[in-house]
Amino acid sequence: MELSYYPGCTLKTRAKNFEDSATAFMAALGINLKEIPRWNCCGAVYSLADDDLIHQLAPVRDLIRVKEQEQGKVVVLCSLCFNTLKRANLLMRNDAEKRKTLNTFMDEEVDYNGEIEVVHLLEVLRDDIGWKTISDKLKVPLKHLKLAPYYGCALLRPQEVAIDQMERPVILHQLLQALGAEPIDFPFATKCCGSFQAVGNREGALECAWNILSSAIRRRAEALVLSCPLCDFNLAGKQEELKQKYPEFKGIPTLYFTQLLALAFGLDSKVCRFELNYQDPRPLLESKGLL
Amino acid sequence: MRVGVSSKKVCGDFAKKVKEISKEDFLLCYQCGMCSAGCPIAFAMDLPPRQVIRLLQLGLEEDIAKSKTIWLCTSCLTCSVRCPRGLDLAKVMEALRLISLRKNIDYVKPAEIPHDALAELPQIVLVSSFRKHTA
Repeated sequence: MELSYYPGCTLKTRAKNFEDSATAFMAALGINLKEIPRWNCCGAVYSLADDDLIHQLAPVRDLIRVKEQEQGKVVVLCSLCFNTLKRANLLMRNDAEKRKTLNTFMDEEVDYNGEIEVVHLLEVLRDDIGWKTISDKLKVPLKHLKLAPYYGCALLRPQEVAIDQMERPVILHQLLQALGAEPIDFPFATKCCGSFQAVGNREGALECAWNILSSAIRRRAEALVLSCPLCDFNLAGKQEELKQKYPEFKGIPTLYFTQLLALAFGLDSKVCRFELNYQDPRPLLESKGLL
Repeated sequence: MRVGVSSKKVCGDFAKKVKEISKEDFLLCYQCGMCSAGCPIAFAMDLPPRQVIRLLQLGLEEDIAKSKTIWLCTSCLTCSVRCPRGLDLAKVMEALRLISLRKNIDYVKPAEIPHDALAELPQIVLVSSFRKHTA
């Protein structure tokens, strides 16, 4: 089976560990993630201004690339790309006037009417593959691993793109349970990581990250699980700065959910590219006998 | 603090412009503070989101311009999905930022980002920051 797949910029560079682990475990499930040709940056954030159509062009062009493949849907891994593409798709589906303007402007492209579906990989796992099939595939159950599922913003807000209940999501919890790990509930699971403020307001973003990490640690989590390279930069990439600011902080690894799937399916740990994780998760995984 | 309120300000060009860009009716807000309570970065703001909306209702453009709040908003949409009046605050914040950015005034100046910081920032961080904070 083949699924059209949109990677986005950061999965090709800093977050190669996210992409490689995903393609590997999907292959183990018999599904080929087929990268769409000639994709471009989605714009990272969805334009919230009613009169700003120029920034809708990038995500809509990506959707047209999918349509040209005669595929009914596209799978996205990065939470931020997912949010931007899905919202742009809904705009093209539901707003006749803007659809007409955008289609006229892109006269070199085929007309697009929001006919494809944009889905996140977690939705494919839950709705198409199912937790049971995943459990049956387990070779290395992630026993005794206490993991805090961190959802962030882009998978859950706004309502029309949410992959789960906005205020009490369970999809990552369910995945971790299927993998044999212990999901740790914590109150900051859906709080923003600080996002793009990592550039414009570094101190503010750092504090957002600290609130999330310290909350997970108070609940005895051993690592955080996420699905967004921007969250990963804020939550894991800034930990050295946090250690200076908060001397009692010893650091906590973050993992992409796809790395856990590859690990639990017993694949060669090279596909997880753990060397790219900002905080090395290998000592933790070795201590649990998982590596 | 004394605040000068006039119908000229309340119904002025500024209010009209914010409405035009955001397509949101900020007069819906009844100042409950749900937005400020849930905001992940309110601790760093000089004015909580609720107060920015109040200033906007009164047409007090300069007071909003003096505040850093609209630049600290992360567009996480927590306020937008929780507002009991259905006001999409994130859209209002975006409109307020754009009114400034469209005068070609960058909030983040790409040339001033230190080189060592630039080397460590993944594309997703840079693109989103430039989209939100540059003209």
